[in-house]
Amino acid sequence: MNRLLKSRELWLALAILAVIVLVTLRFPRFSQPANLLTIFNDTSILMMLALGQMAVILTRSIDLSMASNLALTGMIVALTNAAFPFVPVPLLIAGCVVVGAALGAFNGVLVWKLNIPPIVVTLGTLTIFRGLAFVASGGTWVNASQMSADFIQLQRGMFLGLPILSWFAIVVALLVYVLMTRTPWGRAFYAIGVNPVAAVYTGIDVGRTKFLAFVLSGALSGLAGYLYVSKYVIASTESAGGYELTVVAACVIGGVSIAGGIGTVGGAILGALFLGVVNNALPVIGVSPFWQMAISGAAILLAVVLNASSERSKGRIILKKAEVAA
Amino acid sequence: MTDPILTLSGITKSFPGVRALHNVSLELYAGQVTALIGENGAGKSTLVKTLTGIYQPDAGEIFLGGGAITLPTAHSASELGITAIHQETVLFDELSVAENIYLGHTPTNRFGLIDWQAMRREAQATLDSMAAGIDASIPLKELGIAKKHLVAVARALSVDAQVVIMDEPTAALSQKEIEELYVLVDLLKADGKAILFISHKFDEIYRIADRYTVFRDGEMVGKGMIKDTPQSEIVTLMVGRSVDQIFPPRTAAIGETVLEVQGLSHPTEFDDVSFSVRKGEILGFYGLVGAGRSEVMQAVFGMTRPSSGTITLEGATVSPKSPADAVEAGIVYVPEERGKQGVITGEPIFKNVSLPSLRKTSKSGFLRMAEEFALARTYTERLDLRASSLSQNVSTLSGGNQQKVVIAKWLATLPKVIILDEPTKGIDIGSKAAVHEFMGELVAQGLSVIMVSSELPEVLGMSDRIVVMREGLVIDTLENKGLQPETLVRLAAGIAEEKAA
Amino acid sequence: MSDTTVTARQLPDRLDNPLKSAVLSWESLLVLVALGIFLANSFASPYFLNAWSLSDLTFNFTEKGLIALAMALVIITGEIDLSVASIIALASTLMGLALQYGADTPTLVAVGVGVGVLCGAFNGFLVTGLKLPSIVVTIGTMSLFRGVAFIILGDQSFKGYPKEFSWFGQGYVGWVISFELVLFLVAAVIFYVLLHRTVFGRQVFAIGNNATAARFSGVRVDRIKFVLFCLTGLMSGIAAVLLTARLGSTRPSIAEGFELDVVTMVVLGGVSILGGAGSIIGVVLAALIIGLVTFGLGLLNVPGIVMTIFTGSLLIVVIALPILWKMWKERRA
Repeated sequence: MNRLLKSRELWLALAILAVIVLVTLRFPRFSQPANLLTIFNDTSILMMLALGQMAVILTRSIDLSMASNLALTGMIVALTNAAFPFVPVPLLIAGCVVVGAALGAFNGVLVWKLNIPPIVVTLGTLTIFRGLAFVASGGTWVNASQMSADFIQLQRGMFLGLPILSWFAIVVALLVYVLMTRTPWGRAFYAIGVNPVAAVYTGIDVGRTKFLAFVLSGALSGLAGYLYVSKYVIASTESAGGYELTVVAACVIGGVSIAGGIGTVGGAILGALFLGVVNNALPVIGVSPFWQMAISGAAILLAVVLNASSERSKGRIILKKAEVAA
Repeated sequence: MTDPILTLSGITKSFPGVRALHNVSLELYAGQVTALIGENGAGKSTLVKTLTGIYQPDAGEIFLGGGAITLPTAHSASELGITAIHQETVLFDELSVAENIYLGHTPTNRFGLIDWQAMRREAQATLDSMAAGIDASIPLKELGIAKKHLVAVARALSVDAQVVIMDEPTAALSQKEIEELYVLVDLLKADGKAILFISHKFDEIYRIADRYTVFRDGEMVGKGMIKDTPQSEIVTLMVGRSVDQIFPPRTAAIGETVLEVQGLSHPTEFDDVSFSVRKGEILGFYGLVGAGRSEVMQAVFGMTRPSSGTITLEGATVSPKSPADAVEAGIVYVPEERGKQGVITGEPIFKNVSLPSLRKTSKSGFLRMAEEFALARTYTERLDLRASSLSQNVSTLSGGNQQKVVIAKWLATLPKVIILDEPTKGIDIGSKAAVHEFMGELVAQGLSVIMVSSELPEVLGMSDRIVVMREGLVIDTLENKGLQPETLVRLAAGIAEEKAA
Repeated sequence: MSDTTVTARQLPDRLDNPLKSAVLSWESLLVLVALGIFLANSFASPYFLNAWSLSDLTFNFTEKGLIALAMALVIITGEIDLSVASIIALASTLMGLALQYGADTPTLVAVGVGVGVLCGAFNGFLVTGLKLPSIVVTIGTMSLFRGVAFIILGDQSFKGYPKEFSWFGQGYVGWVISFELVLFLVAAVIFYVLLHRTVFGRQVFAIGNNATAARFSGVRVDRIKFVLFCLTGLMSGIAAVLLTARLGSTRPSIAEGFELDVVTMVVLGGVSILGGAGSIIGVVLAALIIGLVTFGLGLLNVPGIVMTIFTGSLLIVVIALPILWKMWKERRA
């Protein structure tokens, strides 16, 4: 019970619930299932990106290139679809994942083999990937009229009352959950974040593990590339501009420690959902959408203050009376 | 006689400027404990890192069960069944006890996924078989240091290892826990595992080891059976000269109280700590590793905030909120962790020495290099620092010379009280003697010295009075007159009088 | 080493040749790169070698360069400030608001600079007072500061800054020498002295190399970091004045993406992102290089977004090359 009360996920879920209840008090329609599902669907892409970012942050790294990766992969897939409309969409999606993973691997190799700090590497690829999206498209947009019907409709299809886009997020979340909690690979992310020196002694290759985290975040960015382009039915160089920091924000709000080693799939998803709910609530209660940015900034600061106060080490436990009765 | 299960021959390993291992050999036998003996810096930890795949030897061969092997990664070492319990408990605070035991070889179900239930069950069984009294499902960070150590032992037991390396496993354990560890070692022996036991406690070595190998300055200088070898012979091998350390005679006249600490407390680290140190006095602080001595000193130095208690310096109450305040008041601290807390690695000697004295060497905030070099030269030469120039990077100096840089840094601030935390840990004998001699000079000049040390000869040889701490509490304060080493050990370990006799 | 004699020894100040280490430094590599780009530019475009072209070029880096000078110090201590562009947005917006209430030019400048310092102090308090990681804090304040600008301005803009105010961004001190360039050069000299010639600068390096040991050595680590965040805020405030004056208007999206350009400049200038190493000369050269690249590509009509490929690649390649070179040498040895 005590541990449950300390759970960040619980408090975050309550915070989201509180926002929903408060808005509903004035606008009952806000909490109608259909609207809540729309919010979930609208947040799906952010959720998937946040999960990828979480894997990277767990390993004491950061991936600032996710949004640019999304823009580049999205542009490539849209151009491919426009040029070869007969290529089946599932194949295009697979291609997106591969391209995204390759871009992530590029980051990962620089971090792994050359030992360049992740923030420097991804700061560089942040501009490079987006620049390449411009080069690929020649600065033009790919719009709805150039996309095939399948390309646009696939993620809008309904299954068990939910759009396919939402199912993508659910399946990705489940897969990442299994990866993080049930595979040695996932546990290695945590291990090298908590104590990289000790991780080496347990046989974990720190560099390789970071590389894999970048491949994962890249693959999810690539997948998000297709989903983003087909959801908004436009591919431009500016796709998901500035999103790289929103993704980090979702993680931080979700309790992922920027120092590495701490974070859960549930937390990252709730962090993304919190931003999604707030963004959807603002227009409903008549607050200008221009408040969005300031609110998410304040939420990040609040979250990091709360995280830090619970993580703060209280010194070594030496006194017998301070040691928990096991 | 059986063949050794693991053999090292001709192993050589060099680092820039240092030859850590030179042509060493070592044999480990199944079902036997081989003690690896040597002073700090003799090459023991380099050998452990070579055996666990962290370092690659420059030359030499390793044979396991008769076949030559290489250990390119830490993973390959654990695959081959070589596992280590380390000096510092290298574990994962945020993960559960069970996962700490099984990380790297977690039990999996038929889908290849981690089987948490089996893992928790098996971890609990291992812990229970050790009578550790630890719940396998709680996070490791909730345990104290001794229990963390038991988790590390459980981890080694859980690996199906042929070779178990125990790198000073008893350093932080209480006497009772050490006895329990001996039982575990016997279990491992009966199981046919070859054990490499690294320690410099002779009672321990004679209690559990079958064989010994002695290293000195990176070379193998002797090996044999423990039962055929008198202790004095091993000691002579280890230090390469007669063992009686000479401590400088104390000539300082002891004056009035300079620093007085009353009822200093901290929520988790120490409670109701009181002591005082007088002018010209060396006050020793003895206790087991992790008894809370460094934590008390860091509170006096302003690094951590005590929850209650008072500190009085020359009659005036001081409450340093940061080390900068303490230094201004005249209290300085030479930390135990030289590399992390003592020297600014990556910066040259003179910048290290002048850092706290920059106000003196500068003029209205602007640096004056000539003054800085002069200050650094004065104090480093007083300590007989061995370096090629004052611009040499401190990280390229030996441990002993780094310590001299740290001490020089503080002397340049002209302090009233100097706290030395394990001042000779990990430094060579020559530098050790220099540091001891220097401490004598300091008190002769009227400074007050507090020396935290876990080395009995040092504490007994240098101190005027000795404070003994155990589990965050001051157990006793003793005059160092005709004091028996056994008395200190008993107080520090919490062994009752009659039991020890 | 031959210094094992026990008789009176004199430790020399230094053994290496300062001239030799200067020639082999990161800065000289940057000088070469800058010269190369300069030559390439003069061959590529006939319009490049012209006093007014060169003068225009400087506007490409002066505002970001001013911030980079302070950012260099922050990064040397091992911290980072990603909120600088948002500070510009907020400072500019509040200047615009002050203008609506009839503020004169000195007041406008005071508002811009003052807001900058306050924002910096806020970051500094969160990082040093509450002990939070600066990267997260400034990602948060990055949204917060610009968010407040959006709340005030929405999709509107402030215009109509007085003529004498415009001089800060558009004026020339003499001939082709702009006020912005002069300010940048003066600031560079001040920061050079501060970092390399004062006690404060020495402590900044000590913190970056080993913050724990610096604290154990009596350095007031938190106080220094706080001052540096204020300083970065101050420079961002100054940059806000210059940029607003140059553009003549304020939108909440002003200076978007500046933060990453500034960090790129600092890292390219040889400042270690891990802290502890760097020089102001390197940062100034890096600012010049980025200015040269963007201006040169601009003359060739290369669109801005494509230029970012060059700056991004430059960042990675310049960092990676010495590492690859070292690996190659080790493999041969």
